[in-house]
Amino acid sequence: MVLGGKSQQLLSKIATNDKHGENSPYFDGWKAYDRNPFHPTNNPQGVIQMGLAENQLCFDLIEEWIRNNPKASICTPEGLHQFRNIANFQDYHGLQEFRNAMANFMSKVRGGRVRFDPERILMSGGATGANELIMFCLADPGDAFMIPTPFYPGFVRDLCWRTGMQLIPVHSDSSNNFKITREALEAAYKKAKEDNINVKGLIITNPSNPLGTTLDKDTLKSLVSFTNEKNIHLVCDEIYAATVFSSPNYVSVAEVIQEVEHCKRELIHVIYSLSKDMGFPGFRVGIVYSFNDEVVNCGRKMSSFGLVSSQTQHMLASMLSDENFVTRFLKENSRRLEKRHDKFMKGLEEVNITRFPSNAGLFCWMNLKSLLKEPTFEDELKLWRVIIHEVKLNVSPGSSFNCSEPGWFRVCFANMDDETVDIALNRIRAFVGRETKKPLGMKRWQPNLSLSFSSRMFDETAVMSPHSPIPTSPLVRAT
Amino acid sequence: MGIEIEQPCVELSNVAVSETHGEDSPYFAGWKAYDENPYDELSNPSGVIQMGLAENQVSFDLLEKYLEEHPEASTWGKGAPGFRENALFQDYHGLKTFRTAMATFMEKVRGGRVKFDPQRVVLTAGATAANELLTFILANPGDALLVPTPYYPGFDRDLRWRTGVNIVPIHCDSLNNFQITPEALECAYKDAEAMNFKVRGVLITNPSNPLGITIPRSVLEEILDFVTRKNIHLVSDEIYSGSVFSSSEFTSVAEILEGREYKNAERVHIVYSLSKDLGLPGFRVGTIYSYNDKVVTTARRMSSFTLISSQTQHLLASMLSDEKFTENYIETNRERLRKRYEMIIEGLRSAGIECLKGNAGLFCWMNMSPLLEKPTREGELKLWNAILHQVKLNISPGSSCHSSEPGWFRVCFANMTEHTLEIALQRIRHFVERIRTQTESV
Repeated sequence: MVLGGKSQQLLSKIATNDKHGENSPYFDGWKAYDRNPFHPTNNPQGVIQMGLAENQLCFDLIEEWIRNNPKASICTPEGLHQFRNIANFQDYHGLQEFRNAMANFMSKVRGGRVRFDPERILMSGGATGANELIMFCLADPGDAFMIPTPFYPGFVRDLCWRTGMQLIPVHSDSSNNFKITREALEAAYKKAKEDNINVKGLIITNPSNPLGTTLDKDTLKSLVSFTNEKNIHLVCDEIYAATVFSSPNYVSVAEVIQEVEHCKRELIHVIYSLSKDMGFPGFRVGIVYSFNDEVVNCGRKMSSFGLVSSQTQHMLASMLSDENFVTRFLKENSRRLEKRHDKFMKGLEEVNITRFPSNAGLFCWMNLKSLLKEPTFEDELKLWRVIIHEVKLNVSPGSSFNCSEPGWFRVCFANMDDETVDIALNRIRAFVGRETKKPLGMKRWQPNLSLSFSSRMFDETAVMSPHSPIPTSPLVRAT
Repeated sequence: MGIEIEQPCVELSNVAVSETHGEDSPYFAGWKAYDENPYDELSNPSGVIQMGLAENQVSFDLLEKYLEEHPEASTWGKGAPGFRENALFQDYHGLKTFRTAMATFMEKVRGGRVKFDPQRVVLTAGATAANELLTFILANPGDALLVPTPYYPGFDRDLRWRTGVNIVPIHCDSLNNFQITPEALECAYKDAEAMNFKVRGVLITNPSNPLGITIPRSVLEEILDFVTRKNIHLVSDEIYSGSVFSSSEFTSVAEILEGREYKNAERVHIVYSLSKDLGLPGFRVGTIYSYNDKVVTTARRMSSFTLISSQTQHLLASMLSDEKFTENYIETNRERLRKRYEMIIEGLRSAGIECLKGNAGLFCWMNMSPLLEKPTREGELKLWNAILHQVKLNISPGSSCHSSEPGWFRVCFANMTEHTLEIALQRIRHFVERIRTQTESV
């Protein structure tokens, strides 16, 4: 079964282009982790994974619920009688009780301030599938969506790879706290028009990945008016909605719709998922919620390409309609995230590392500009490689999020236990301490000096093998 | 929808407004009639009997028995200790145990005559996703895939809708029992060229839907030679491979490749799923098995849009690695399907209706051309309408499967109890008698 060179030409353009995004240097960090993963007892010198935005803080609550609710599984003696009906159910509307439970859950996450209609809930293969699906519905190949930077790197693949859509970054930077301004939007829109690009909409993530902040109501309203005015779509990825842990309170676009006069609802679409809020990325629960009837209709048909397993729908229908459980879970989830966030922030403050103040998310946006020799992306990547290979932390460089200014790094903190957080903070403290002790004027860090690893890993021209032998590499999403 | 919303004033994509989703076909209209008036033995005995849905409901008891006897294997264990690892697992390689179990199961379905490498198994949420995904990888918008007629109506959506790829039919007809011939292949290729479509591959379903027959080894060899000559791909959708009534009658393209020592294998890709053989369409378990490294890598990346729930992978990994269970299941399932098939064939024969001699699948390909008023597509649809609304049976007209000869219908028999099948056969008998009496009295 040898691959012949000539058969390369036999594949499509989509198959042979780079838009899957995996050739980004961003993935080197993951490889370093996969080759040498940290383990408290087996491998305490390994790389700590801080590049994966997972929520592992509340599994005990969920496990307890599962133990107490055997009927929610179709495999237990209590639930087995439902097996054949569930196993047979492939209707792309989804189980009614699942849709009801999701609508209810989404409403609870927003403090009951807005109600969701189960008939508008569409399923897809995780938010990855949902984001791609909405783009297939809204944009033709060559069309464009505006997107504020910094943004989740996976969007390039999710929104553009197979759809042929293109992204127009709308830059923001720390000078105005990464705010999305009306001026920036207008400027980007105008330029696109001049370049003859057909802008179909604006996509935002709220709460933001990687910033970890929520949008205030006024900004949200202005985004709604901007898109309404230009008659373009507004897609709001609210995947981190339940990770808000401190004020200001979360405001969803669904709430704002109710308050904007003459709002063109049919231009507004929400993307949701349980991967972050509940910590279920493996279950592939992606939701498209559109206020546009046509989109719901067509999107529903498209969901055939990524339906949620009926087994999973069944279990979640039961879990998410347990009102007491959901109330407790959401409260405890926020509390634990806040605690973890505060612990991590304190640790960074002790070594004068500043970070972008955040009230949500599973990560923080860390400012390491002071450690850059030159304020360039080149130096950012060099620093990043040092952090991976010397400090042994897989963090994500701001450039991979299309950040317009160098020196920012996203660091995830909700995917590990407390002890590992301590170890990570110690390593950071040691590293920064070392760096800041060096005399001014001298190069702050010299990657070639204290090499204790093979220089092969440092080869910046190495081409990523598509046949990476990493069996458990979570390359599925560049979170 | 509850809320009144004014008409949208901004356009959706071309894909969104096109009708290539295919749902306006009579194939789906019959489903609607069923949904509005579904047959139930007790509560609605005169409702529409669903015979248009190729589901396998004959072997659920075997699956349930397995779960009863192995509770620890299928849940997350007592106290749910494996839960969090499973809930977090989103690696697009899939659970290794599951991939291995799938490869082993596929081997068993082929009587151990060929080996499958778990590293080449790519997982997708159903064969629907697998077929679309492969099309994205093998063809560009505007290109064409050649597909033998009659074919599964869903292909119009799966292969064409979002991909922008065209289907050019390879015409097959009853004169030679709907076999695919080299002449038909060449003809289709020329048709595509005449329409200025670049042909990227041939997609066959083996065993065939809607015909319910396996493709003979010699024909498979011819197809393989054809695609090699033209330097194009071959996709073999083997979703019904476990539904062949007798194992020895099925030859997978994998066996042919092995016989050729995998020469030119990198153009061949197999699609499989558990929706038909195991009767688990709700679980969304599809796979792509490709002999082409680049396709495997790319397909794996693309599967990000359509991964199988890790909860489901976990359940099936344990079930499918139980060799005793799978061997017994495969054998029992075959036997039950064969019995069901014989029952419906006999029942139809006693009503004077002939079917194509089938040896696989969850349906039979019924010839009602003698009953057509006119031997045209319109005549066929008229008859179909009568069967749907008077006889209250939802069966699928051949035209919705792009059959070039009018009068053929696909009738599913594995998605109901034997009793319901009896009732359906009675209804057909009465209907045919009525028509014959009417024709004779004219």
